[in-house]
Amino acid sequence: MDEALLRSLIPDVLGVLVRRGADFAAAEDAVQDALVEAVRTWPDDPPRDPKGWLVTVAWRRFLDATRADAARRRREDLLDEEPAPVPAPAADDTLQLYFLCAHPSLTPSSAVALTLRAVGGLTTRQIARAYLVPEATMAQRISRAKRTVSGVRFERPGDVATVLRVLYLVFNEGYSGDVDLAAEAVRLTRRLATEFDHPEVAGLLALMLLHHARRAARTAPDGALVPLAEQDRTRWDTASIAEGIEILQAALVRDRLGEYQAQAAIAALHADAPTAAETDWVQIVEWYDELAALTGSPIVRLNRAVAVGEADGPRAGLAALAAVDDTLPRHTAVAAYLHERDGDLPTAARLYAEAAGKASNLAERDHLTRQAARLNQRPR
Amino acid sequence: MAKYLLLKHYRGAPASVNDTPMDQWTPEEISAHVQYMDDFAKRLEQTGEYVDSQALSPEGTFVRYDGEGRPPVTDGPFAETKDLIAGWMIIDVDGYERAVELAGELSAAPGAGGRPIHEWLELRPFYGVPATITE
Repeated sequence: MDEALLRSLIPDVLGVLVRRGADFAAAEDAVQDALVEAVRTWPDDPPRDPKGWLVTVAWRRFLDATRADAARRRREDLLDEEPAPVPAPAADDTLQLYFLCAHPSLTPSSAVALTLRAVGGLTTRQIARAYLVPEATMAQRISRAKRTVSGVRFERPGDVATVLRVLYLVFNEGYSGDVDLAAEAVRLTRRLATEFDHPEVAGLLALMLLHHARRAARTAPDGALVPLAEQDRTRWDTASIAEGIEILQAALVRDRLGEYQAQAAIAALHADAPTAAETDWVQIVEWYDELAALTGSPIVRLNRAVAVGEADGPRAGLAALAAVDDTLPRHTAVAAYLHERDGDLPTAARLYAEAAGKASNLAERDHLTRQAARLNQRPR
Repeated sequence: MAKYLLLKHYRGAPASVNDTPMDQWTPEEISAHVQYMDDFAKRLEQTGEYVDSQALSPEGTFVRYDGEGRPPVTDGPFAETKDLIAGWMIIDVDGYERAVELAGELSAAPGAGGRPIHEWLELRPFYGVPATITE
């Protein structure tokens, strides 16, 4: 039984049912029933057309459930509408499912959960473990999300940005529990890219691939963060980098720049440098300028200050930093780094310690504390 | 998708507005208070924001390593002076504003006279996971 295959079929099957007019929540239940049936019968009696089999069984389950309801008229309507047995083209159905699961009426956490469940085919338990919440909590989150989008008409909303935002959130969560969310996000974005020809979808996929490529080098065996400049570049996944760059270049020539393409361009410049010292910081600053123009984000300006510090020296970086909102979470950490580069070690040590107190995760806190300790080291 | 700890204190937080000690409430007022807390937790389960909650006994002991081969030193309890945690609830919400909103609701649990206690709850963010894209 190929569970990966089974999982990859879920969005297609679900998409077909919803397109045929099934309510989203009921369709999802019917697909889950069909999957259980598949796991039971396929090992002895594998179907020639797995997707067709699942569609047929799920649709039958959906009709049975609908019949069991009192809504007879609705059932009759559905029977009237029952389409030809050949499934509609899958790509379009799956694509619409992405949009539905990322619908703007959902909160970010609900959209993420529903996407992982309906498009990713993960179990509620897997998603709950990945986000470290009780299974009952995640089940409620998903069923509320299903109810929220149940009334939504199943047509393609124009806004791909919401879908990309959800996939980006999944990717950024990294991984915990038994599901690798970053890998899952790459898989879902890759699939979206095959079905939806859009430069920003390609941009996000490239961005994920480029970051994912560095994953093995990002943490030491004890879990400590390894800064980009100190990473062992031989541990970067060169195939993934090459693929990311190729996808990015194809997207850039279409001349419809967006924030994910610009971020991917920055990641590509890092990935391309044979050593940290050979990084093309001047070009990176230019891309940050593009990114700042596209997003107006203060976090982008903060990161830009780091790049300016590398391209034009720490004084220039500090000048750029002075124009950035100093309440941003990582502002102090950036200031510490630039002061250290500038040779003002006492100030840098003080700021590293202060930044550690503001860190939002343990790995970052420990890293910043070590930086402060390194500069404060007592002579022995 | 951010976890927060809501801390209730026996002692150590600023005084509640409706600051009558619980042993001077009527039994009905105590029941109403407990019911409110249960309902609050159930409501969060329904919204998919509930993670965990526990109540803690006021009895606590300080424990310290006392050197190789010796049993740990214990001291206390210091019930009269130290900050005492009465219990906690962990929530998983979309952001800080929502966490503050929920903490405010929990602080409105009824106390003496059936009026809200207006107690101070400590709201502490959990450390998250390092974002994949930050370096």
